[in-house]
Parts: sequence; C-alpha cells; structure tokens
Amino acid sequence: MSLALDLALCALILGVALATVAGSGLFRAIVFFIVYGLLVAVGWVRLGAIDVALAEAAIGAGLTGVLLLAAHGRLRRLGTARDASHGAHLLSALAGAALAAALAWAWFVLPLPERPGPELAAAMPRAGVENPVTAVLLNFRAWDTLLESIVLLAALIGLWMLTRERDWSGRLGLPQHSRAGGVLASFGRVLPPVGLLIGVWLVWAGADRHGGAFQGGTVLAAVGLVAAMAGLVRPPRIGARLWHVALMIGPAVFVLAGLAGAILAGEFLTLPPPIAKPAILTIEIALTASIAATLAFLVLGPPEEGRAP
Amino acid sequence: MNALVAVLALPLLGALAAVALPPRAGVRAALLATALTVAATIWLLLAVARRGVQGVILGGWEPPLGIGLAADGLGAAFIAMSAAVMGGVALAARQMMAPDVVGARAAFGFWPLMLLLWAALNAVFVSRDLFNLYVGLELLSLAAVALVAIGGKEAALAAAMRYMIFALAGSLLYLAGVVLAYAAHGTLDIGLLAARDAAPSDGLALALMTAGLLAKTAIFPFHVWLPPAHAGAPAPASALLSGLVPKASFLIILRLWFEAMPDRAGFAALMLLAGLGAGAVIWGSLQAMAQARLKMIVAYSTVAQLGYLLLVFPIAGGDGAAQPWAAGAWTGAMFQVLSHALAKAAMFLSAGLYLAAVGSDRLGDLRGLARTMPMTAFAFALAAVTLMGLPPSGGFTAKYLMMTAAFAAGQWYWALVMALGGLLAAAYLYRPMAVLFARESLIAPRPVTRAAQAVPLVLAGASILLGVFSAPPFEFMQIGRPDAAEEGL
Repeated sequence: MSLALDLALCALILGVALATVAGSGLFRAIVFFIVYGLLVAVGWVRLGAIDVALAEAAIGAGLTGVLLLAAHGRLRRLGTARDASHGAHLLSALAGAALAAALAWAWFVLPLPERPGPELAAAMPRAGVENPVTAVLLNFRAWDTLLESIVLLAALIGLWMLTRERDWSGRLGLPQHSRAGGVLASFGRVLPPVGLLIGVWLVWAGADRHGGAFQGGTVLAAVGLVAAMAGLVRPPRIGARLWHVALMIGPAVFVLAGLAGAILAGEFLTLPPPIAKPAILTIEIALTASIAATLAFLVLGPPEEGRAP
Repeated sequence: MNALVAVLALPLLGALAAVALPPRAGVRAALLATALTVAATIWLLLAVARRGVQGVILGGWEPPLGIGLAADGLGAAFIAMSAAVMGGVALAARQMMAPDVVGARAAFGFWPLMLLLWAALNAVFVSRDLFNLYVGLELLSLAAVALVAIGGKEAALAAAMRYMIFALAGSLLYLAGVVLAYAAHGTLDIGLLAARDAAPSDGLALALMTAGLLAKTAIFPFHVWLPPAHAGAPAPASALLSGLVPKASFLIILRLWFEAMPDRAGFAALMLLAGLGAGAVIWGSLQAMAQARLKMIVAYSTVAQLGYLLLVFPIAGGDGAAQPWAAGAWTGAMFQVLSHALAKAAMFLSAGLYLAAVGSDRLGDLRGLARTMPMTAFAFALAAVTLMGLPPSGGFTAKYLMMTAAFAAGQWYWALVMALGGLLAAAYLYRPMAVLFARESLIAPRPVTRAAQAVPLVLAGASILLGVFSAPPFEFMQIGRPDAAEEGL
C-alpha cells in the first residue's frame, strides 16, 4: 500500500516538475511550481523529515509562490511577461539533464546512507531539547543558523537598495486597497488570530517536537502580510526605528548568547546543558520575531508610494 | 574568548548596530566596529605568529557533529588583508558615502553591508566545514550583490542582477558537491575528509564544487558578470568587491584541492584549471586595453589578475605538492592575492576620487589631473607597479616565486604566460597613466582633501612594502600549512 502511495507521489512530483518547465506561459509555470513545492513537502513527510516538510511548504511553496506571483503581476503591468528564448530553454534543459544524470550515477555508486552517526545519539542528552533537528540547528551547528539568520537581513537591505531615491521615506510596498466587506477584508479579519496561534505553537513546540523559528516565523510573516493586504494595518516606513530593532534582535541575541557562552563556558556558542533549553527558547523567540519581520518586509518589497498598485 | 571569535563577532555586531541605530549614530557605530575589528585582527596575527594555528571548536561540539574553525597562517594573512582594505575603505567612505553625496538610501545601506561582507569574508577564511563555507559564501554573495545595487543607476541594477544569477548558480553547484561529499564520507570537516579513503564519487563532488566556486571567483569564461558589476558600484564598494570578494571563493578552491581532497584529481584537471587562468590573464588584459572608462579598465584588470592564481595548481598541486618548488609557487600565489587586494583597492579608491573631482571617469576627462591631485596619481602609479609585477612590489615577489617554480617544475609555458601578462598590464595601464600625467588639463577639478587622497596612497604603498619586506609574510603563511615549506626565498 505504502509503496503504491510512494510510487504515485514520485510520478506526480516528476509530472508536475515537467509541467513547470515544459510548455509555455509564465503564470502556468508559477502555479505548477507552487503545486510542486507542496508535493515535495509531502515527499519529505513520507521520508520522515517533518521539519523539512514544514519549511518546504511554508517557504518553498508558500512564500516563494507569493513572490513569484507578485513578480509576474508586475511584469504583466509592464508588458514584459515574456518567456525566455527557446535557445535558453534548451541550454538549461541540457545542463539540468547532465547534472541530474551525474547525480544519479553518484547515487548508484555510493553506499546507502547510514542513519546519523553515533556522535549525534551520544550528544543528544546534553543538547537541551528533544527534537534532534532543533538540536542541530540551535546547538550543534548553531554557527550555520546564526549566519543564515543574518543572510536574511542582508537580503532585505539589498532589496531596499532597489528603492527609488524619492520613495525612500515612503511606506513599504505598493499602497494596498481592499473593498470593504469583500473577501480579502473578511479573510483579513479571520485568518490572523488563527495564524498567530499556529505560528507561536510551531516555535514553542519546535524544541521537543516538529517546528521551529523558521517555520513559525514564516507563518507569522504570512499573518502580517494578510493583515496588510486587507488594509487592516499599514506597512511601516523604512525609517521606523522600532521595526529595525525587530529586524536585528534575533541575530543580536544569538551573537550575544554565543559570546556569553565563550566567556562563561569556554567556547563561542556554548550552551551549558543545565541552561541549554531556556537559552535555546530565548534565542528561538528572538529569531522568530526577526524572521517574521524580515520575511514580511521582503514580500512587501521596497517603498513605491509614487505608483498605483 | 579569543581573537578568532572577536574578528567574527565584532563586524556582525557592528552591522546589527548600524541597522538599529539612527543614521548618524549608525555610522559612528560602524566606524567603531571597524576600528575594533582591525585591533582584533592585529591581536589574531600576534597570536598565530607566537602560538601557531588558532582553533575554535564551536559550542564545544567536536566535528563531525559540530563545526571547527581554525586560523592558520594562510587564513590569518587573508584576515589581515581584509582588515587593511576595510580600514582604508571605511576611512574613504566617510566622505564618499555621506548622505549629502550619495543620498539617504545608499548612505544607510553601505555601512551594514560593508560590515556583513567583512564578517562573511572572515568566516570563510577560518571555516573548516564545507557546509559552513556554503553559508558564509551565501552571506558574502548577497552582501556583494547589494553593494553593486547601491549604485542605483539602471546599469548598476542590471549588473547586480546578472551577478546574482551567476552567484546563485555557483552556490547551487557548490552545494551539490558538498552533498555528494557528505553522502560519501559522513563528514563535512576538511581535516576529517582528508583522512578518509577516496570514494568513487569524489571526482564528481570536487568538479561540481570547483565549477561553482570558479563562477563566484569570476574565472574566465565565467567572468562576464564582473566588469559591469565592479564598475557600476560606488568606488568604495568596488574596492571591496574587486580586492577581497573573489579571494574568498578562491581560498575554498585552494583548501579543497590542497587540503580536503589533494590526491583525487589527475594532472589533466590541474592543467585545465591553469589553462582557464591563462585564458583569463590574456583575455582580461586585452579587454582592459579596449575600455574607455577608468573603472572598466580597473575591473577588467581584476579578471586578468585573478587568472594568475590558477597557475598554482599544476605547479604545486597533485604530485607536485611534495616537490621542493611547491612552497615557492604556493606562497607566490598567496602574495599575488594579498598584493592585488591592496593595489586594486587603491586603484578603485583613486578612481573614486577622480570621479568626485571631475564627475566622470572617462579617460578623456582625466587629462592632466596628476598636476592638481599628485598624491592620488602617485597612488595609482604605485598600484600599477604592483599589478605589472615590477620590482620591488608585492606583485613582483609573487611572479618571481611562481616563475622560478614553473621553470623548476619544467612547466616553462606558465612562466611565459606570466611574462606576457606583465607586458599586457603595462600596456593597459599606460593609457590612464599617460592621460593623468598629461601636461594640459581640460576640466578644473573640484578640490579633494589631502586626508582623502592619503588613503589610496597608504594602500598602494603597502602593496609595494609587501615586496620590500617579503620574508616575514612568507614565513607567516607557512604556519599550519600541510606540506611545510622546505625552501625560503
């Protein structure tokens, strides 16, 4: 039964991937790409990697989908939503096929992957949390996660550099209008409380079960975006200090906690086992705030007050 | 707490403070973080010189579970190079990136991006973990692309976009190789990987990682994104992008081919890398000759100068690593990295001063500027001496070491490429020099302070001093090297 399910899933993933890259029409490709992300998330569930599945669904399908749709809408308004040339298609298809063939060859010559080595099992009792994914992200390989949270900030500053000089003091994104009593306005009132609960739960539960700062932060960002699109809240201006603090508080808490570990426990980013759990939770809560704010601002885009939506 | 952690944490904290604080206080915090990081770099250099390789096991978790960092002589020398260039750029940027010069947008973005770039560079220079290197490269590339976009003009945005596509494609190829290496060996640590037996997929992993890193290093024929990006950014940003950024991905190639998987590639692969390098030297130089704008000449010169670095692989790599000439070739390439960083930063900052003075960097508009801005012209000339490889500059030491090693290894043709590259550099740098030192001048330049002119002069002077006092850095870079040096200068 489960084999049949997996085979069907694989066939679906491949079919939707093919539908994304083959054929014409940008909009069609974007819709298929979103479906593809959701199917891959199901694939991760089947492989038992629930945390990856959550991240893939929230970021890979959800947030990326919103960004692609927004980009498509903008290109259409500018009248430049064209497909790339056939030559470019062919070239990327050949490169992709060659890479896939090489990786497939490697899959056959390599031994089957082992479960994570004995080092992980031996270290888990000292990690402070039960979820091994959270333990790897916030403790064993915390330096990666710290740098990744700062990558988001660099991306946002880079995006803001695309602002026109005269729009710099304006509010983020295009001005939003929604019809009073329309679908968006009513959704905008119902979804945020639910999303808020889910987002906070994902962060809180992430310590011992599935979830974490990235997944929870994405959901919270979506809450803010829905509220902004429904016209319930107005996006802030780039100069709003309090929001800048929200952008950097997560990485800042992370770096300072790492330095405290260096002074108290001997090495940068050390979390002594007795206080590891509260320390990880504190870092995760601060990171969630920063991730949510950064992702929401990334989707809103730079200020463009001068232009109609 | 040690110096290695300080050079990573200080620029990060400075960048975060520059984001959170109001504009004026933000710039002050960024300058303070710059000064502190330079001090921490000196502390690290002293520690490495006295006590050898400085290592950190992050969080106390030993690899393969955790991540190890180590500053060997090579890594510490690269960190010192970043500190020198960053310090000079920060001083120059106080005026060049002021809000009344470039607008509130660019003035806000420059400081956090500069410090994030610095943190990413230092993180890459000391990381011993292949995936951590990927994360460091991502931060580096995004900050670098954003620094191009700061330029704000349509051409700069298009160049930034092209740069991003190349950088992301490079990242994905590198990541695919990392995944293969992890699948085969169950570790990402460079030291542990070196101790494992070769797996059949290692060649593919090495090829994928190298291809991705070559695209990020702008090695011919993946160089097309570099000239418009480096010429379109504001001059202080160009100095960072051209002088420092490609060195990070090059260092990873070096660590892969000399430390992590030294025996996995055949001689043909080493020759292919050097062939690309030779192509870069010749093509980049020819293109530089054809340019009409000073910043484009300097940017194409970067394409050419990066090419020399790849000549090290067949001379000192593979079976050559055990030969007596390997240390000379290897250290020569490192001298090329360091002296090019200093000289190229000086050139871009000089170009920025000329832009500020006459509002253009077209060669025709720069006529006779050596008379009104002699310090800047002298800085440009000193930097040119290094790029041409004339004695007694750091560029000369680099080429001397690499050429003697090439002859010793029986690969005289690479020495020929180096000699030709020096002649071509003289040819493409002659035009801007002849214009600058012309007798008549067309445009009356706006005055530029002596303090601003001193910055590129100090950087260019340092690239010369690297050749005059070449023995201490030579010895320093051997600290912690896998095959210890057997020969001095």
